[in-house]
Amino acid sequence: MPLLHRLVRTDSAVIFFTIDGVPCEGRAGDTVLTAVLCHTDRLRHSEFSGEPRAGFCQMGACQDCWVQLASGERLRACTTPLAEGMHIVTTRGRSHG
Amino acid sequence: MAERAPPLIVGAGPAGIRAAMTLVAAGLRPIVIDEGYACGGQIYRQPLSPDGRDAQARYGSEAAKATRLQRDFAALGAQVDYRPNTLLWNLRDASADSLRDGVSQRILHDGLILATGATDRVLPLPGWTLPGVFTLGGAQIALKAQGCAIGKRVVFAGSGPLLYLVAWQYMKAGVEVAAVLDAAPLSAKLHLLRALPLAPDIVLRGLRMAAELALHGTQVQLGVSGLRIEGEGRVARIVYQTGGRRHAIACDGIGYGLNLRSETQAADLAGCAFRFDPRDRAHLPVRDSSGRSSVAGVYLAGDGARIAGADAAELAGERAALALLEDRGLPHAPARAASLERRLVRIGRLRDALEAAFPFPAHWGADIADDTLLCRCEDISAGDARRAIGHFSLTDVNRLKAVTRIGMGRCQGRMCGAAAAELLAAQTGRDIGAVGRLRAQAPIKPIPLAMSLSVDERQHDPAH
Ligand SMILES: Cc1cc2nc3c(=O)[nH]c(=O)nc-3n(C[C@H](O)[C@H](O)[C@H](O)COP(=O)(O)OP(=O)(O)OC[C@H]3O[C@@H](n4cnc5c(N)ncnc54)[C@H](O)[C@@H]3O)c2cc1C
Ligand code: FES
Repeated sequence: MPLLHRLVRTDSAVIFFTIDGVPCEGRAGDTVLTAVLCHTDRLRHSEFSGEPRAGFCQMGACQDCWVQLASGERLRACTTPLAEGMHIVTTRGRSHG
Repeated sequence: MAERAPPLIVGAGPAGIRAAMTLVAAGLRPIVIDEGYACGGQIYRQPLSPDGRDAQARYGSEAAKATRLQRDFAALGAQVDYRPNTLLWNLRDASADSLRDGVSQRILHDGLILATGATDRVLPLPGWTLPGVFTLGGAQIALKAQGCAIGKRVVFAGSGPLLYLVAWQYMKAGVEVAAVLDAAPLSAKLHLLRALPLAPDIVLRGLRMAAELALHGTQVQLGVSGLRIEGEGRVARIVYQTGGRRHAIACDGIGYGLNLRSETQAADLAGCAFRFDPRDRAHLPVRDSSGRSSVAGVYLAGDGARIAGADAAELAGERAALALLEDRGLPHAPARAASLERRLVRIGRLRDALEAAFPFPAHWGADIADDTLLCRCEDISAGDARRAIGHFSLTDVNRLKAVTRIGMGRCQGRMCGAAAAELLAAQTGRDIGAVGRLRAQAPIKPIPLAMSLSVDERQHDPAH
Protein backbone atom coordinates (compact mmCIF):
# COMPACT_ATOMS: atom_id res chain seq x y z
CA MET A 1 0.00 0.00 0.00
CA PRO A 2 1.50 3.33 -1.01
CA LEU A 3 2.08 6.05 1.54
CA LEU A 4 1.86 8.99 -0.88
CA HIS A 5 -0.90 9.76 -3.35
CA ARG A 6 -0.22 11.61 -6.56
CA LEU A 7 -2.54 14.54 -7.23
CA VAL A 8 -0.80 16.01 -10.28
CA ARG A 9 1.77 14.91 -12.90
CA THR A 10 -0.23 11.74 -13.46
CA ASP A 11 0.55 11.88 -17.18
CA SER A 12 4.17 13.08 -17.02
CA ALA A 13 6.82 10.99 -18.76
CA VAL A 14 7.35 7.58 -17.16
CA ILE A 15 10.66 6.73 -15.51
CA PHE A 16 11.34 3.03 -14.96
CA PHE A 17 13.07 1.86 -11.79
CA THR A 18 12.90 -1.08 -9.41
CA ILE A 19 12.15 -1.50 -5.70
CA ASP A 20 13.69 -4.67 -4.28
CA GLY A 21 13.82 -6.09 -7.78
CA VAL A 22 10.18 -5.33 -8.61
CA PRO A 23 9.76 -3.15 -11.73
CA CYS A 24 8.02 0.16 -10.97
CA GLU A 25 7.09 3.34 -12.78
CA GLY A 26 7.82 6.83 -11.54
CA ARG A 27 7.07 10.15 -13.17
CA ALA A 28 9.34 12.86 -14.49
CA GLY A 29 9.72 15.36 -11.67
CA ASP A 30 9.65 12.75 -8.89
CA THR A 31 12.18 12.65 -6.13
CA VAL A 32 13.31 9.14 -5.20
CA LEU A 33 11.24 9.49 -2.02
CA THR A 34 8.07 10.31 -3.95
CA ALA A 35 8.62 7.57 -6.50
CA VAL A 36 9.15 4.87 -3.89
CA LEU A 37 6.40 5.98 -1.51
CA CYS A 38 3.86 6.16 -4.34
CA HIS A 39 4.37 2.36 -4.52
CA THR A 40 5.06 1.22 -1.02
CA ASP A 41 5.15 2.40 2.58
CA ARG A 42 8.84 2.28 3.49
CA LEU A 43 12.20 3.48 2.25
CA ARG A 44 14.48 1.51 4.51
CA HIS A 45 14.74 -0.14 7.89
CA SER A 46 16.52 1.35 10.85
CA GLU A 47 19.92 -0.27 11.20
CA PHE A 48 19.40 -0.23 14.97
CA SER A 49 15.84 -1.46 15.57
CA GLY A 50 14.96 -2.88 12.15
CA GLU A 51 11.76 -0.79 12.16
CA PRO A 52 10.57 0.62 8.85
CA ARG A 53 11.24 4.27 8.02
CA ALA A 54 9.78 6.45 5.30
CA GLY A 55 11.41 9.85 5.71
CA PHE A 56 10.15 12.68 7.86
CA CYS A 57 11.08 16.21 6.82
CA GLN A 58 11.33 15.90 3.02
CA MET A 59 13.77 18.83 3.01
CA GLY A 60 17.15 17.24 3.59
CA ALA A 61 17.26 17.98 7.33
CA CYS A 62 16.41 14.76 9.22
CA GLN A 63 18.49 12.32 7.11
CA ASP A 64 15.85 9.67 7.71
CA CYS A 65 15.38 8.86 4.03
CA TRP A 66 18.79 7.55 2.94
CA VAL A 67 18.23 4.59 0.64
CA GLN A 68 20.57 2.13 -0.90
CA LEU A 69 20.92 1.24 -4.54
CA ALA A 70 21.70 -2.33 -5.59
CA SER A 71 25.19 -1.04 -6.46
CA GLY A 72 25.73 -0.20 -2.78
CA GLU A 73 25.59 3.55 -3.40
CA ARG A 74 23.57 5.46 -0.83
CA LEU A 75 21.51 8.52 -1.55
CA ARG A 76 19.16 10.89 0.24
CA ALA A 77 15.78 10.09 -1.28
CA CYS A 78 13.99 13.38 -0.63
CA THR A 79 16.59 15.53 -2.38
CA THR A 80 17.57 13.21 -5.23
CA PRO A 81 15.61 13.24 -8.50
CA LEU A 82 14.49 9.82 -9.68
CA ALA A 83 16.59 8.57 -12.59
CA GLU A 84 15.88 5.89 -15.15
CA GLY A 85 17.04 2.42 -14.13
CA MET A 86 17.63 3.05 -10.43
CA HIS A 87 17.55 -0.22 -8.48
CA ILE A 88 16.44 0.69 -4.98
CA VAL A 89 16.82 -1.70 -2.09
CA THR A 90 14.67 -1.15 1.00
CA THR A 91 15.39 -4.39 2.79
CA ARG A 92 19.05 -3.96 3.75
CA GLY A 93 20.43 -2.31 6.84
CA ARG A 94 18.81 -4.51 9.44
CA SER A 95 21.81 -6.35 10.70
CA HIS A 96 24.58 -4.05 11.87
CA GLY A 97 24.45 -1.35 14.53
CA MET B 1 46.57 45.09 -7.28
CA ALA B 2 44.82 41.83 -6.61
CA GLU B 3 41.09 41.99 -7.10
CA ARG B 4 38.94 41.41 -4.04
CA ALA B 5 37.20 38.07 -3.88
CA PRO B 6 33.44 38.14 -4.38
CA PRO B 7 30.96 38.02 -1.50
CA LEU B 8 29.38 34.65 -0.82
CA ILE B 9 25.68 34.23 -0.05
CA VAL B 10 24.51 30.92 1.42
CA GLY B 11 20.84 30.30 0.65
CA ALA B 12 18.67 31.35 -2.29
CA GLY B 13 15.44 31.84 -0.36
CA PRO B 14 13.77 35.22 0.14
CA ALA B 15 16.68 36.53 2.24
CA GLY B 16 19.47 35.33 -0.01
CA ILE B 17 17.78 36.51 -3.20
CA ARG B 18 17.20 40.06 -1.94
CA ALA B 19 20.77 40.16 -0.66
CA ALA B 20 22.07 39.07 -4.05
CA MET B 21 20.00 41.69 -5.88
CA THR B 22 21.30 44.42 -3.60
CA LEU B 23 24.92 43.44 -4.16
CA VAL B 24 24.44 43.19 -7.92
CA ALA B 25 22.84 46.64 -8.00
CA ALA B 26 26.03 47.94 -6.39
CA GLY B 27 28.18 46.37 -9.09
CA LEU B 28 29.37 43.25 -7.28
CA ARG B 29 29.02 39.70 -8.59
CA PRO B 30 28.23 37.55 -5.56
CA ILE B 31 28.42 33.78 -5.46
CA VAL B 32 25.09 32.31 -4.32
CA ILE B 33 25.05 28.68 -3.27
CA ASP B 34 22.00 26.66 -2.34
CA GLU B 35 21.43 22.99 -1.74
CA GLY B 36 18.16 23.17 -3.62
CA TYR B 37 17.77 22.60 -7.33
CA ALA B 38 15.99 25.92 -7.82
CA CYS B 39 15.76 29.26 -6.06
CA GLY B 40 12.91 30.25 -3.76
CA GLY B 41 13.89 28.70 -0.44
CA GLN B 42 11.36 26.88 1.68
CA ILE B 43 8.27 29.00 1.22
CA TYR B 44 8.66 29.61 -2.51
CA ARG B 45 10.08 26.15 -3.28
CA GLN B 46 9.75 25.16 -6.92
CA PRO B 47 8.88 21.75 -8.37
CA LEU B 48 11.58 19.60 -9.98
CA SER B 49 9.77 19.92 -13.29
CA PRO B 50 6.61 21.73 -14.45
CA ASP B 51 3.52 19.93 -13.17
CA GLY B 52 0.68 21.81 -14.81
CA ARG B 53 -0.07 23.97 -11.76
CA ASP B 54 0.37 27.72 -11.91
CA ALA B 55 1.74 29.93 -9.13
CA GLN B 56 -1.77 30.56 -7.80
CA ALA B 57 -2.43 26.85 -7.41
CA ARG B 58 0.97 26.24 -5.84
CA TYR B 59 1.48 29.24 -3.57
CA GLY B 60 -2.07 30.48 -2.98
CA SER B 61 -2.17 33.91 -1.40
CA GLU B 62 1.62 34.20 -1.73
CA ALA B 63 1.63 33.58 -5.49
CA ALA B 64 2.43 37.17 -6.49
CA LYS B 65 5.36 37.36 -4.05
CA ALA B 66 6.70 33.98 -5.15
CA THR B 67 6.54 34.89 -8.82
CA ARG B 68 8.14 38.28 -8.27
CA LEU B 69 11.01 36.89 -6.22
CA GLN B 70 11.77 34.02 -8.57
CA ARG B 71 11.56 36.31 -11.61
CA ASP B 72 13.81 38.94 -10.02
CA PHE B 73 16.45 36.32 -9.26
CA ALA B 74 16.27 34.83 -12.75
CA ALA B 75 16.65 38.32 -14.21
CA LEU B 76 20.05 38.67 -12.54
CA GLY B 77 21.34 36.06 -14.98
CA ALA B 78 25.12 35.97 -15.17
CA GLN B 79 25.40 38.94 -12.81
CA VAL B 80 25.40 36.39 -10.01
CA ASP B 81 27.46 33.24 -9.84
CA TYR B 82 24.53 31.04 -8.81
CA ARG B 83 25.31 27.47 -7.86
CA PRO B 84 22.24 25.35 -7.17
CA ASN B 85 22.50 21.77 -5.86
CA THR B 86 25.49 22.95 -3.88
CA LEU B 87 25.90 22.33 -0.17
CA LEU B 88 28.00 24.53 2.06
CA TRP B 89 29.59 21.96 4.35
CA ASN B 90 32.42 23.81 6.06
CA LEU B 91 33.65 27.32 6.71
CA ARG B 92 37.14 28.49 7.58
CA ASP B 93 38.84 31.87 7.46
CA ALA B 94 37.78 33.55 4.23
CA SER B 95 37.02 30.27 2.52
CA ALA B 96 34.07 27.95 2.30
CA ASP B 97 33.90 24.31 1.31
CA SER B 98 31.05 23.46 -0.99
CA LEU B 99 29.92 20.19 -2.47
CA ARG B 100 28.18 19.67 -5.78
CA ASP B 101 27.67 16.37 -7.57
CA GLY B 102 30.12 14.67 -5.23
CA VAL B 103 32.87 17.19 -5.96
CA SER B 104 34.10 19.47 -3.23
CA GLN B 105 35.27 22.92 -4.04
CA ARG B 106 36.87 25.59 -1.90
CA ILE B 107 35.37 29.01 -2.46
CA LEU B 108 37.40 32.07 -1.55
CA HIS B 109 35.16 34.91 -0.56
CA ASP B 110 35.27 38.39 0.86
CA GLY B 111 32.11 38.96 2.86
CA LEU B 112 29.69 36.20 3.81
CA ILE B 113 25.91 36.50 4.05
CA LEU B 114 24.28 33.54 5.76
CA ALA B 115 20.63 33.17 4.72
CA THR B 116 20.20 29.53 5.60
CA GLY B 117 16.53 29.55 6.66
CA ALA B 118 14.75 27.18 8.99
CA THR B 119 13.38 23.68 9.29
CA ASP B 120 10.60 22.24 11.42
CA ARG B 121 11.04 22.18 15.17
CA VAL B 122 9.78 18.98 16.78
CA LEU B 123 9.67 17.14 20.06
CA PRO B 124 9.55 13.35 20.00
CA LEU B 125 6.19 11.61 20.27
CA PRO B 126 5.49 7.91 20.73
CA GLY B 127 5.24 6.55 17.20
CA TRP B 128 6.79 9.55 15.47
CA THR B 129 9.10 7.35 13.40
CA LEU B 130 6.22 5.39 11.85
CA PRO B 131 5.92 5.63 8.06
CA GLY B 132 3.22 8.17 7.26
CA VAL B 133 4.31 10.71 9.87
CA PHE B 134 5.94 13.74 8.29
CA THR B 135 6.81 17.15 9.59
CA LEU B 136 4.37 19.93 8.72
CA GLY B 137 6.97 21.31 6.34
CA GLY B 138 7.49 17.88 4.85
CA ALA B 139 3.76 17.46 4.31
CA GLN B 140 3.70 20.84 2.59
CA ILE B 141 6.69 20.01 0.38
CA ALA B 142 5.00 16.78 -0.71
CA LEU B 143 2.00 18.81 -1.83
CA LYS B 144 3.66 21.98 -3.12
CA ALA B 145 6.75 20.62 -4.83
CA GLN B 146 5.82 17.01 -5.59
CA GLY B 147 2.04 17.26 -6.00
CA CYS B 148 1.42 14.38 -3.61
CA ALA B 149 -0.72 13.97 -0.51
CA ILE B 150 0.74 12.23 2.54
CA GLY B 151 -2.45 10.20 2.98
CA LYS B 152 -6.11 9.92 2.06
CA ARG B 153 -7.36 10.87 5.49
CA VAL B 154 -4.84 13.03 7.28
CA VAL B 155 -4.40 14.76 10.62
CA PHE B 156 -2.24 17.79 11.34
CA ALA B 157 -0.93 18.22 14.86
CA GLY B 158 1.35 20.49 16.84
CA SER B 159 1.67 24.24 16.93
CA GLY B 160 2.61 27.22 14.78
CA PRO B 161 1.02 29.08 11.89
CA LEU B 162 2.06 26.31 9.47
CA LEU B 163 -0.34 23.96 11.28
CA TYR B 164 -3.44 25.66 9.93
CA LEU B 165 -1.86 26.72 6.67
CA VAL B 166 -0.80 23.22 5.63
CA ALA B 167 -4.10 21.69 6.78
CA TRP B 168 -5.98 24.26 4.73
CA GLN B 169 -3.77 23.66 1.68
CA TYR B 170 -4.53 19.92 1.91
CA MET B 171 -8.24 20.60 2.21
CA LYS B 172 -8.10 22.86 -0.84
CA ALA B 173 -6.28 20.10 -2.74
CA GLY B 174 -9.24 17.82 -2.08
CA VAL B 175 -7.71 15.68 0.65
CA GLU B 176 -9.81 14.67 3.66
CA VAL B 177 -8.40 16.49 6.68
CA ALA B 178 -9.83 14.63 9.66
CA ALA B 179 -8.49 16.93 12.35
CA VAL B 180 -6.24 19.79 13.32
CA LEU B 181 -4.86 19.12 16.80
CA ASP B 182 -3.43 22.34 18.23
CA ALA B 183 -1.27 22.17 21.35
CA ALA B 184 -2.15 25.74 22.28
CA PRO B 185 -5.20 26.46 24.44
CA LEU B 186 -7.84 28.99 23.50
CA SER B 187 -6.33 31.47 25.95
CA ALA B 188 -3.14 31.60 23.85
CA LYS B 189 -5.16 32.53 20.77
CA LEU B 190 -6.18 35.78 22.45
CA HIS B 191 -2.71 37.02 21.53
CA LEU B 192 -3.97 37.15 17.97
CA LEU B 193 -5.86 40.27 19.06
CA ARG B 194 -2.46 41.85 19.68
CA ALA B 195 -1.32 40.78 16.21
CA LEU B 196 -4.48 42.01 14.51
CA PRO B 197 -3.64 45.73 14.24
CA LEU B 198 -0.06 44.91 13.20
CA ALA B 199 -1.05 42.67 10.29
CA PRO B 200 -4.82 42.41 9.87
CA ASP B 201 -4.55 40.56 6.56
CA ILE B 202 -2.33 37.80 7.98
CA VAL B 203 -4.39 37.29 11.13
CA LEU B 204 -7.72 37.35 9.32
CA ARG B 205 -6.44 34.93 6.69
CA GLY B 206 -5.40 32.53 9.44
CA LEU B 207 -8.77 32.77 11.16
CA ARG B 208 -10.54 32.26 7.86
CA MET B 209 -8.50 29.12 7.21
CA ALA B 210 -9.48 27.69 10.60
CA ALA B 211 -13.14 28.54 9.96
CA GLU B 212 -13.12 27.01 6.47
CA LEU B 213 -11.54 23.84 7.83
CA ALA B 214 -14.25 23.56 10.47
CA LEU B 215 -16.96 24.19 7.89
CA HIS B 216 -15.47 21.43 5.77
CA GLY B 217 -15.89 18.95 8.59
CA THR B 218 -12.36 19.06 9.96
CA GLN B 219 -12.30 18.71 13.72
CA VAL B 220 -10.31 21.68 15.04
CA GLN B 221 -9.21 20.88 18.58
CA LEU B 222 -7.33 23.30 20.83
CA GLY B 223 -5.28 22.51 23.92
CA VAL B 224 -4.39 18.92 23.06
CA SER B 225 -1.70 17.00 24.92
CA GLY B 226 -0.50 13.43 25.32
CA LEU B 227 -0.17 12.94 21.56
CA ARG B 228 0.75 9.44 20.50
CA ILE B 229 0.82 7.88 17.05
CA GLU B 230 -0.09 4.23 16.62
CA GLY B 231 -0.05 1.66 13.85
CA GLU B 232 1.54 -1.58 12.71
CA GLY B 233 4.41 -0.64 10.43
CA ARG B 234 2.64 2.56 9.37
CA VAL B 235 0.29 5.18 10.75
CA ALA B 236 -3.20 3.95 11.64
CA ARG B 237 -4.39 6.48 14.23
CA ILE B 238 -3.46 9.38 16.45
CA VAL B 239 -4.35 9.46 20.12
CA TYR B 240 -4.55 12.66 22.17
CA GLN B 241 -6.00 14.12 25.34
CA THR B 242 -8.13 17.12 26.07
CA GLY B 243 -9.37 17.98 29.52
CA GLY B 244 -8.23 14.63 30.91
CA ARG B 245 -10.12 12.56 28.31
CA ARG B 246 -8.48 10.39 25.67
CA HIS B 247 -9.56 10.42 22.06
CA ALA B 248 -8.38 8.55 18.97
CA ILE B 249 -8.72 9.47 15.32
CA ALA B 250 -8.13 6.99 12.52
CA CYS B 251 -5.87 8.36 9.76
CA ASP B 252 -3.21 7.24 7.29
CA GLY B 253 -1.03 10.34 7.24
CA ILE B 254 0.08 12.85 9.88
CA GLY B 255 1.77 16.22 9.56
CA TYR B 256 3.39 17.28 12.81
CA GLY B 257 5.50 20.23 13.90
CA LEU B 258 6.00 22.80 16.62
CA ASN B 259 6.88 25.85 14.59
CA LEU B 260 10.39 26.29 13.20
CA ARG B 261 14.02 26.20 14.25
CA SER B 262 16.78 28.27 12.69
CA GLU B 263 19.54 26.56 10.73
CA THR B 264 22.52 28.01 12.60
CA GLN B 265 25.32 25.53 11.86
CA ALA B 266 27.01 27.77 9.30
CA ALA B 267 27.00 30.74 11.68
CA ASP B 268 28.54 28.48 14.31
CA LEU B 269 31.33 27.33 12.00
CA ALA B 270 31.90 30.97 11.00
CA GLY B 271 32.71 31.64 14.65
CA CYS B 272 29.71 33.85 15.39
CA ALA B 273 28.84 34.49 19.03
CA PHE B 274 25.53 32.97 20.14
CA ARG B 275 23.01 34.06 22.74
CA PHE B 276 19.97 32.31 24.15
CA ASP B 277 16.74 33.70 22.75
CA PRO B 278 13.85 33.13 25.15
CA ARG B 279 11.15 33.62 22.51
CA ASP B 280 12.50 31.00 20.09
CA ARG B 281 13.83 28.91 23.04
CA ALA B 282 17.07 28.46 21.13
CA HIS B 283 20.62 29.74 21.09
CA LEU B 284 20.85 32.06 18.11
CA PRO B 285 23.74 33.89 16.48
CA VAL B 286 24.04 37.43 17.77
CA ARG B 287 23.45 40.18 15.22
CA ASP B 288 22.78 43.88 15.30
CA SER B 289 19.84 45.60 13.64
CA SER B 290 21.74 45.67 10.33
CA GLY B 291 22.45 41.94 10.31
CA ARG B 292 26.14 42.20 11.23
CA SER B 293 27.25 39.22 13.29
CA SER B 294 29.97 39.30 15.95
CA VAL B 295 32.51 38.32 13.25
CA ALA B 296 33.69 41.03 10.87
CA GLY B 297 32.51 40.34 7.33
CA VAL B 298 29.85 37.81 8.34
CA TYR B 299 26.21 38.89 8.03
CA LEU B 300 23.02 37.08 9.06
CA ALA B 301 19.60 37.38 7.45
CA GLY B 302 16.26 35.62 7.41
CA ASP B 303 14.87 32.73 9.40
CA GLY B 304 18.36 31.27 9.79
CA ALA B 305 19.11 33.98 12.33
CA ARG B 306 15.74 34.12 14.07
CA ILE B 307 12.27 33.04 12.97
CA ALA B 308 10.47 36.01 11.42
CA GLY B 309 8.88 34.74 8.20
CA ALA B 310 9.31 35.34 4.51
CA ASP B 311 8.54 39.06 4.33
CA ALA B 312 11.06 39.81 7.06
CA ALA B 313 13.57 37.55 5.32
CA GLU B 314 13.37 39.67 2.16
CA LEU B 315 13.90 42.88 4.12
CA ALA B 316 16.69 41.45 6.24
CA GLY B 317 18.49 40.08 3.18
CA GLU B 318 18.56 43.51 1.60
CA ARG B 319 19.57 45.15 4.89
CA ALA B 320 22.46 42.76 5.45
CA ALA B 321 23.70 43.33 1.92
CA LEU B 322 23.69 47.10 2.51
CA ALA B 323 25.80 46.52 5.62
CA LEU B 324 28.27 44.50 3.56
CA LEU B 325 28.43 47.30 1.00
CA GLU B 326 29.05 49.86 3.70
CA ASP B 327 31.84 47.77 5.20
CA ARG B 328 33.38 47.51 1.73
CA GLY B 329 33.36 51.28 1.35
CA LEU B 330 30.69 51.26 -1.34
CA PRO B 331 27.50 53.37 -1.55
CA HIS B 332 25.04 51.85 0.89
CA ALA B 333 21.74 53.77 0.85
CA PRO B 334 21.48 54.77 4.53
CA ALA B 335 17.91 56.08 4.24
CA ARG B 336 16.78 52.83 2.68
CA ALA B 337 18.60 50.88 5.38
CA ALA B 338 16.82 52.82 8.11
CA SER B 339 13.44 52.19 6.50
CA LEU B 340 14.17 48.45 6.22
CA GLU B 341 15.08 48.35 9.89
CA ARG B 342 11.85 50.10 10.91
CA ARG B 343 9.81 47.58 8.96
CA LEU B 344 11.74 44.71 10.52
CA VAL B 345 10.98 46.01 14.01
CA ARG B 346 7.29 46.09 13.15
CA ILE B 347 7.34 42.52 11.84
CA GLY B 348 9.26 41.53 14.98
CA ARG B 349 6.34 42.71 17.11
CA LEU B 350 3.94 40.70 14.96
CA ARG B 351 6.16 37.65 15.36
CA ASP B 352 6.16 38.02 19.14
CA ALA B 353 2.36 37.98 19.15
CA LEU B 354 2.23 34.97 16.79
CA GLU B 355 4.69 33.05 18.96
CA ALA B 356 2.45 33.72 21.94
CA ALA B 357 -0.61 32.56 20.01
CA PHE B 358 1.18 29.37 18.90
CA PRO B 359 3.42 28.68 21.88
CA PHE B 360 5.96 25.89 21.98
CA PRO B 361 4.61 23.24 24.39
CA ALA B 362 7.82 23.15 26.38
CA HIS B 363 6.29 20.97 29.11
CA TRP B 364 6.02 18.15 26.56
CA GLY B 365 9.81 17.82 26.92
CA ALA B 366 9.53 16.77 30.55
CA ASP B 367 6.63 14.43 29.76
CA ILE B 368 8.32 12.39 27.01
CA ALA B 369 7.84 8.73 27.98
CA ASP B 370 11.04 6.80 28.67
CA ASP B 371 10.45 4.34 25.83
CA THR B 372 9.94 7.09 23.21
CA LEU B 373 12.81 7.45 20.75
CA LEU B 374 14.55 10.75 21.22
CA CYS B 375 17.14 10.20 18.51
CA ARG B 376 15.68 8.96 15.23
CA CYS B 377 19.13 8.51 13.69
CA GLU B 378 20.41 5.94 16.17
CA ASP B 379 17.25 4.87 18.00
CA ILE B 380 18.23 6.26 21.40
CA SER B 381 15.31 6.58 23.81
CA ALA B 382 14.36 9.33 26.24
CA GLY B 383 14.98 6.80 29.03
CA ASP B 384 18.57 6.27 27.79
CA ALA B 385 19.08 10.01 27.97
CA ARG B 386 17.55 10.32 31.44
CA ARG B 387 19.67 7.49 32.82
CA ALA B 388 22.83 9.07 31.42
CA ILE B 389 21.89 12.48 32.85
CA GLY B 390 21.35 10.95 36.28
CA HIS B 391 24.30 8.60 36.24
CA PHE B 392 26.90 11.13 35.07
CA SER B 393 25.26 14.17 36.68
CA LEU B 394 25.12 15.87 33.29
CA THR B 395 24.12 19.52 32.98
CA ASP B 396 25.24 20.39 29.45
CA VAL B 397 23.86 19.14 26.12
CA ASN B 398 27.31 18.66 24.65
CA ARG B 399 28.23 16.33 27.51
CA LEU B 400 24.94 14.51 27.00
CA LYS B 401 25.88 14.19 23.33
CA ALA B 402 29.34 12.83 24.16
CA VAL B 403 27.91 10.24 26.54
CA THR B 404 24.80 9.11 24.64
CA ARG B 405 25.50 10.14 21.00
CA ILE B 406 22.23 12.13 21.02
CA GLY B 407 22.88 14.96 18.55
CA MET B 408 25.81 13.15 16.99
CA GLY B 409 23.87 11.13 14.43
CA ARG B 410 23.26 11.94 10.80
CA CYS B 411 20.85 14.81 11.48
CA GLN B 412 23.37 16.48 13.82
CA GLY B 413 20.71 17.34 16.34
CA ARG B 414 18.28 19.00 13.93
CA MET B 415 15.48 16.66 15.02
CA CYS B 416 16.51 15.85 18.61
CA GLY B 417 18.35 18.97 19.79
CA ALA B 418 15.31 20.80 21.15
CA ALA B 419 14.10 17.69 22.97
CA ALA B 420 17.52 16.92 24.47
CA ALA B 421 17.73 20.45 25.87
CA GLU B 422 14.17 20.44 27.24
CA LEU B 423 14.64 17.03 28.84
CA LEU B 424 17.96 17.99 30.40
CA ALA B 425 16.53 21.25 31.72
CA ALA B 426 13.49 19.51 33.19
CA GLN B 427 15.47 16.74 34.87
CA THR B 428 18.14 19.00 36.36
CA GLY B 429 15.74 21.79 37.28
CA ARG B 430 17.72 24.28 35.21
CA ASP B 431 16.56 27.00 32.95
CA ILE B 432 16.42 25.93 29.31
CA GLY B 433 18.92 28.65 28.44
CA ALA B 434 21.42 27.26 30.94
CA VAL B 435 22.01 23.76 29.53
CA GLY B 436 24.33 24.87 26.75
CA ARG B 437 23.97 24.63 23.03
CA LEU B 438 24.88 21.79 20.68
CA ARG B 439 28.04 22.76 18.80
CA ALA B 440 27.92 22.45 15.04
CA GLN B 441 30.55 20.34 13.35
CA ALA B 442 31.74 20.05 9.78
CA PRO B 443 30.44 18.59 7.60
CA ILE B 444 27.20 20.47 8.21
CA LYS B 445 25.35 17.58 6.56
CA PRO B 446 26.51 14.08 5.62
CA ILE B 447 28.77 14.05 2.59
CA PRO B 448 30.20 11.09 0.67
CA LEU B 449 33.22 9.61 2.42
CA ALA B 450 35.30 9.34 -0.74
CA MET B 451 35.18 13.09 -1.01
CA SER B 452 37.49 14.26 1.70
CA LEU B 453 40.06 16.36 -0.11
CA SER B 454 39.00 19.80 -1.16
CA VAL B 455 39.79 21.19 -4.56
CA ASP B 456 41.15 24.70 -4.56
CA GLU B 457 39.10 27.07 -6.66
CA ARG B 458 42.16 28.78 -8.15
CA GLN B 459 43.40 25.56 -9.72
CA HIS B 460 40.06 24.11 -10.60
CA ASP B 461 37.08 25.95 -11.89
CA PRO B 462 34.53 23.47 -13.21
CA ALA B 463 31.92 24.85 -15.55
CA HIS B 464 28.78 25.72 -13.75
C1 LIG C 1 9.08 23.42 4.71
C2 LIG C 1 8.77 24.83 5.09
C3 LIG C 1 7.66 25.43 4.55
C4 LIG C 1 7.37 26.74 4.84
N1 LIG C 1 6.25 27.28 4.29
C5 LIG C 1 5.93 28.54 4.63
C6 LIG C 1 4.74 29.10 4.12
O1 LIG C 1 4.00 28.46 3.38
N2 LIG C 1 4.43 30.37 4.48
C7 LIG C 1 5.27 31.10 5.31
O2 LIG C 1 4.98 32.27 5.58
N3 LIG C 1 6.40 30.58 5.78
C8 LIG C 1 6.72 29.32 5.48
N4 LIG C 1 7.86 28.78 6.00
C9 LIG C 1 8.73 29.61 6.85
C10 LIG C 1 9.99 30.02 6.08
O3 LIG C 1 11.08 29.72 6.91
C11 LIG C 1 10.04 31.48 5.72
O4 LIG C 1 8.81 31.98 5.32
C12 LIG C 1 11.03 31.79 4.57
O5 LIG C 1 11.17 30.72 3.67
C13 LIG C 1 12.35 32.18 5.16
O6 LIG C 1 13.18 32.67 4.15
P1 LIG C 1 14.75 32.55 4.26
O7 LIG C 1 15.32 33.17 3.05
O8 LIG C 1 15.19 33.06 5.57
O9 LIG C 1 15.07 30.99 4.31
P2 LIG C 1 14.64 29.79 3.34
O10 LIG C 1 13.52 30.15 2.48
O11 LIG C 1 14.52 28.62 4.20
O12 LIG C 1 15.91 29.62 2.41
C14 LIG C 1 17.13 29.14 2.91
C15 LIG C 1 17.88 28.44 1.81
O13 LIG C 1 19.18 28.15 2.27
C16 LIG C 1 19.57 26.90 1.77
N5 LIG C 1 20.59 26.36 2.66
C17 LIG C 1 20.53 26.25 4.01
N6 LIG C 1 21.66 25.71 4.48
C18 LIG C 1 22.46 25.50 3.41
C19 LIG C 1 23.75 24.96 3.27
N7 LIG C 1 24.49 24.55 4.31
N8 LIG C 1 24.27 24.85 2.01
C20 LIG C 1 23.55 25.26 0.94
N9 LIG C 1 22.31 25.79 1.03
C21 LIG C 1 21.77 25.90 2.25
C22 LIG C 1 18.30 26.09 1.74
O14 LIG C 1 18.37 25.08 0.76
C23 LIG C 1 17.24 27.13 1.41
O15 LIG C 1 16.91 27.15 0.05
C24 LIG C 1 8.20 27.47 5.71
C25 LIG C 1 9.31 26.86 6.27
C26 LIG C 1 9.60 25.55 5.98
C27 LIG C 1 10.79 24.92 6.62
S1 FES D 1 13.12 13.04 4.66
FE1 FES D 1 14.37 14.21 6.01
S2 FES D 1 16.26 14.22 4.95
FE2 FES D 1 14.94 13.24 3.55
